[in-house]
Amino acid sequence: MRNKYDKPHDSVKEPLIHLVRRVDIPASKAWMIRIICVLLGMLVCALFIMSITSLNPVSVYASMFSGAFGTPRRIWQTLKDMAILLCIGIGLAPAFKLRFWNVGAEGQVLIGGLVCAAWMITMGGKLPNALMLVLMAVTAMLASALWGLIPAYFKSKYRTNETLFTLMMNYVALQLVEFFVDVWDKKQSHSVGIINGDTQSGWMPSLFGQQFAPAVLIVGALTIGMYFYLKNSKQGFEITVAGESENTARYAGISVSKVILRTMAISAAICGLAGFLEVSCVSHTISSLTAGGRGFTAIIVAWLGKFNPIAMTLITAILSFLSRGANQIASDFNFNTYASSILTGIILFFILASEFFINYRLVFRSKKGKERAE
Amino acid sequence: MKKFLTTALSVLTALSLTACSSSTPASDEAENNTDSSTENETVTTNGKIGVILVGDENEGYTAAHMEGIKKAAADLGIASEDIMWKYMIEENQACADAAEDLVDQGATLVISNSYGHQTYMQQVAANYPDVAFISMTGDTAAGSGLANFKNAFNQTYQSRYVSGVVGGMKLAELIENGEVSKEKTPDAYTADGDIKIGYVGAFPYAEVVSGFTAFYLGVKSIVPNVHMIVEYTSSWADQVAEGTTAEKLIADGCVIISQHADTTGAPAAIQAANESGKPVYSVGYNVSMLEVAPKAALTSASNDWSVYYNYAFKQWLDGKAMDIVTDWSEGYETGAVNITALGESCAAGTDAKVAEVEAAIKDGSLNVFDTATFTINGEAMTEETGCDLDFDGTADIFPVKDGVFYESNTKDGFRSAPYFGFIIDGIESNYNG
Repeated sequence: MRNKYDKPHDSVKEPLIHLVRRVDIPASKAWMIRIICVLLGMLVCALFIMSITSLNPVSVYASMFSGAFGTPRRIWQTLKDMAILLCIGIGLAPAFKLRFWNVGAEGQVLIGGLVCAAWMITMGGKLPNALMLVLMAVTAMLASALWGLIPAYFKSKYRTNETLFTLMMNYVALQLVEFFVDVWDKKQSHSVGIINGDTQSGWMPSLFGQQFAPAVLIVGALTIGMYFYLKNSKQGFEITVAGESENTARYAGISVSKVILRTMAISAAICGLAGFLEVSCVSHTISSLTAGGRGFTAIIVAWLGKFNPIAMTLITAILSFLSRGANQIASDFNFNTYASSILTGIILFFILASEFFINYRLVFRSKKGKERAE
Repeated sequence: MKKFLTTALSVLTALSLTACSSSTPASDEAENNTDSSTENETVTTNGKIGVILVGDENEGYTAAHMEGIKKAAADLGIASEDIMWKYMIEENQACADAAEDLVDQGATLVISNSYGHQTYMQQVAANYPDVAFISMTGDTAAGSGLANFKNAFNQTYQSRYVSGVVGGMKLAELIENGEVSKEKTPDAYTADGDIKIGYVGAFPYAEVVSGFTAFYLGVKSIVPNVHMIVEYTSSWADQVAEGTTAEKLIADGCVIISQHADTTGAPAAIQAANESGKPVYSVGYNVSMLEVAPKAALTSASNDWSVYYNYAFKQWLDGKAMDIVTDWSEGYETGAVNITALGESCAAGTDAKVAEVEAAIKDGSLNVFDTATFTINGEAMTEETGCDLDFDGTADIFPVKDGVFYESNTKDGFRSAPYFGFIIDGIESNYNG
């Protein structure tokens, strides 16, 4: 905020470093920064590994890679991790693009999963499996959409803070799951165990002999669909406009509250679908661990991917690889699991930092100016 | 403002992500049994042992299992490279994923140490018939119809009983030297004149009920007029809750307090009360509590898991992993259970009494659940008394024979996991979670 009363430039002590916002950084340069940051992150991880153990970092990275891609089974496991996380991220993308901070994905996933489990437990074996799966998917998405509409309604009607509201709803969902687990638990073990293990009623059939293939395909299609929905559809345009500026949206004749309600219903329904996939295709059970924190991790996915489903796929791949790999090194090198979490944390920190350096440029105090001052 | 929100949110999410990154979204069984069968042909000669643990060495229960496994492996000459460990595996599909991954890495024997792992272990076991799976403390192996799925549980109720005897000896001493009396400690007596003892339980499941009943009967064998209050924490390991529950029992006037919960929360609280001059003593579980409660801790009921692991590993080495008994349960007879070293506060003569009781349990002359020693609603148990194991409202097994309720009686084909789930007279079980 310089003005004419400012002292002349020479007499001001210029900071050693200051930040300048970058305006239009070429995509190639942005990706170069990202790659450099990831490499730096891996370097710091290597230093960390060497400082606390005497292990060779290269073999640790090899072990990480083998943990994620070492066998066909592990590749499918990694793909499955990706599919569920990406599904939640895809759900969050339209809400975030609207600047509606939906941090309630965790609860929306749980509600979807809970509805599926309810079908499987109460109606297992009484309906044809195909009908059962359709009913489970539809009701899971509806229930989650309703769950998401509650904070959306209060936001559009009373301007409540959606971040807090959706966050609190997570805990309500968690308690609901705990409650129903206790209702359904016949053996006093605080767990419903694997549901319909004998009849496999409500279980998604495997495709090409792969249990997780249906989930991977569904999420793949969903990702492409969301890409075009946000980019090419009228509703996607409305989200972009209302997200950038509510006033502009109003001026353009867009009903902001309608967009909020509609977008949040879609966002939560997709999270509910993730719950359906998790229960029906992956775990075949429900517990308070069903969402497993992925509702929060997906926020990073949506954010780092800048709500672009294709970029989000890439971010999910990195995260899933890190998580699988970290577990593998814990097992291979007798690390405590916390140590591998530290490695994951370091790499993520550098990925986040890369976004900073893409948006800002560091400017060092120039030597010339310094000399002149002396 | 928007920029601020953006920054704040990304910081928030970054934090939440690091918090979540250790969670393992995982799966259960994969359909491709084909590649596993080729790997598992080595089951009769070699392969590896995979271990799935609910905690790590920092958690008493898991530490005891790790110690047992390492001891058995060392005794049998199994190289440490042949044992693969999976720590902190939650009781969800992460367990199934871990089990499959262990099989992938060449495990031909997979062990899990927590009850909640069982349903996932069973699912994976069904897909890999050439690999033996052991779900410790589980109860579904016999009914699963799987030849490669096993359960095992020590007869911990025996060491519970002996730890109760240690507590009873102390109580008798306190009464004799007048530290506990109706005049001096009126809170310690019920309206009927019985002396109060307490128990910090995790959940009101048969495993816990069986344990606290054995403990109660052990105390009662020394001091006949005792009344036990059981309060629950609804968690297997919750340091804070165990501490506050113990404090509540102390406030109620309980003189001896034992526990079926895995932390040092209760002994620490009891030690504090003891130091402030209250006559109250702790009987712990799993590990010796003398470190946290040097004055208040008497002993702990404990297990030596190496006895079972030694048996199972030997079978496995001999290529007979499938012949490991479906339900295994042993006690003092083979050293599978014990009590930890006696604390300095123990009553005089405790050593000799413990040796006498242990010998009587070993030779079968003393049965913990002797139906002559307790009643339920005023009536003694008969051979018609049954246990409803599947909670369908009808009794499935009838464990009473010749005046004894036989717990974990695998010799007669019953399961290894405890099934004594009755609240006997003299015990007040306050579950409201």
